Amino acid sequence: MAQPILQIENLHKKFKDIEVLKGVDLALDTGDVVSIIGSSGSGKTTLLRCVNMLEEFHQGRILIDGEEIGYSGPQHKAKRESEIARQRAMTGMVFQQFNLFPHMTAQRNVTLGLTKVKKLPADEANAIAEKWLARVGLKDRRDHYPGQLSGGQQQRVAIARAVAMNPKVMLFDEVTSALDPELVNEVLSVIQDLATEGMTMLLVTHEMKFAFEVSDRVVFMNQGRIEEEGPPEELFRKPKSQRLAEFLKSSKF
Amino acid sequence: MFEQGTFLYELWVSRWALLQGVGATVLISLLAILLGTILGVFVGLVLVYGRWASRFVVRMYVDFVRGTPVFVLVLASYYLLTQIGIQLTAFQAGLVALVVFCSTHVGENLRGALQSLPRGQTEAAKAIGLTFPQLFVYVLAPQALRQALPAWINTATEMVKASTLLSVISVAELMLATKQIVARNFMTLEFYLLAGLIYFLINYAIERAAKAAERRVALPS
Repeated sequence: MAQPILQIENLHKKFKDIEVLKGVDLALDTGDVVSIIGSSGSGKTTLLRCVNMLEEFHQGRILIDGEEIGYSGPQHKAKRESEIARQRAMTGMVFQQFNLFPHMTAQRNVTLGLTKVKKLPADEANAIAEKWLARVGLKDRRDHYPGQLSGGQQQRVAIARAVAMNPKVMLFDEVTSALDPELVNEVLSVIQDLATEGMTMLLVTHEMKFAFEVSDRVVFMNQGRIEEEGPPEELFRKPKSQRLAEFLKSSKF
Repeated sequence: MFEQGTFLYELWVSRWALLQGVGATVLISLLAILLGTILGVFVGLVLVYGRWASRFVVRMYVDFVRGTPVFVLVLASYYLLTQIGIQLTAFQAGLVALVVFCSTHVGENLRGALQSLPRGQTEAAKAIGLTFPQLFVYVLAPQALRQALPAWINTATEMVKASTLLSVISVAELMLATKQIVARNFMTLEFYLLAGLIYFLINYAIERAAKAAERRVALPS
């Protein structure tokens, strides 16, 4: 087996004096779809945000395609800001609150990274953006501004913006939590579609049914640690730990 | 043409003095707004992104200037700068006072606008790999400037009004020109009303132009 595309080793993270990640190990091979579940405060979103250095961490390593992210060496020395920016482009992230740039059209939201980070010429960037906006079903909305789009449409543009950068790993942070119930499915089906295509994905989600269907593996986090990890059938049907059983009971799956 | 002693006659006689006054007022205001905005952007950036020490210094500058009447700033600029050996004309000294005043307002507005942007904007920009200068130029600044625009218009009109204070250090702007005309013909009410009307027209023009600019950059929703 080749080296994992994403490898998290012994990750520790503190907010002031509170340790929110207490040694997390996780590995994803290319094409893996892994969902992280757990109650709020369990550290799942923080874990995701460490992968693209939106949060700094204090101990441990994160490797993407063998390259150490954010820090180097056993001294845990922070890398230069420009280097971190380059490494962030290796992952694509979709946020709970969409975070589209409100002063840019859907198309421009997607091309910004392509032209400024990847330095592609405008016509090439536009072609890529059009392709991805079509893929998420928003071909005819490309000249619309975020304020003119529904929440579901905005989130699909946000997905297009992230995948258009051709990242090695996609990170999804509770991407349907801010959506009206009737808009959830259009976003989930886009993610399902990407998963089927072999995109490597790490998702934090509250949609248990979706996690069950889309994931190769599910990770249950509790109090800053991975409590249980395995295929969705096992994790959801035959939870080993007491806490997971309680969590599943309370989350109406 | 007009009988001597009527308002129209006096207006005709003093037309050049008035026009020169208007010209000076417009010039002073424009320069104050322009230079004050440039300095103010710098002030705002330091307030948001500066290191502790520079932020502290600029914060003191802003609080001190904003806590001082513009009138005092004008007098201080004219009389104090001479004391420490900086020789400025009345026009220059007045302009320095207005630029300093303007910069603190622009700086505070920009700081507020930048800090009011949701953190998610910075995070999303970082997530696609933009460096800080890039994300500032393409993501933060365009949104912050839109937000700061109404307050900036307000500051611009404040500058026009504050320029009247330069009359006390003998800068021949519209206020002083009016005073001199009134001193000659004693038509106090007429000419001060006229001056008021001209100030109103200048500020009205600024507001109309700015409202048009606001509409131009407004985001469709």
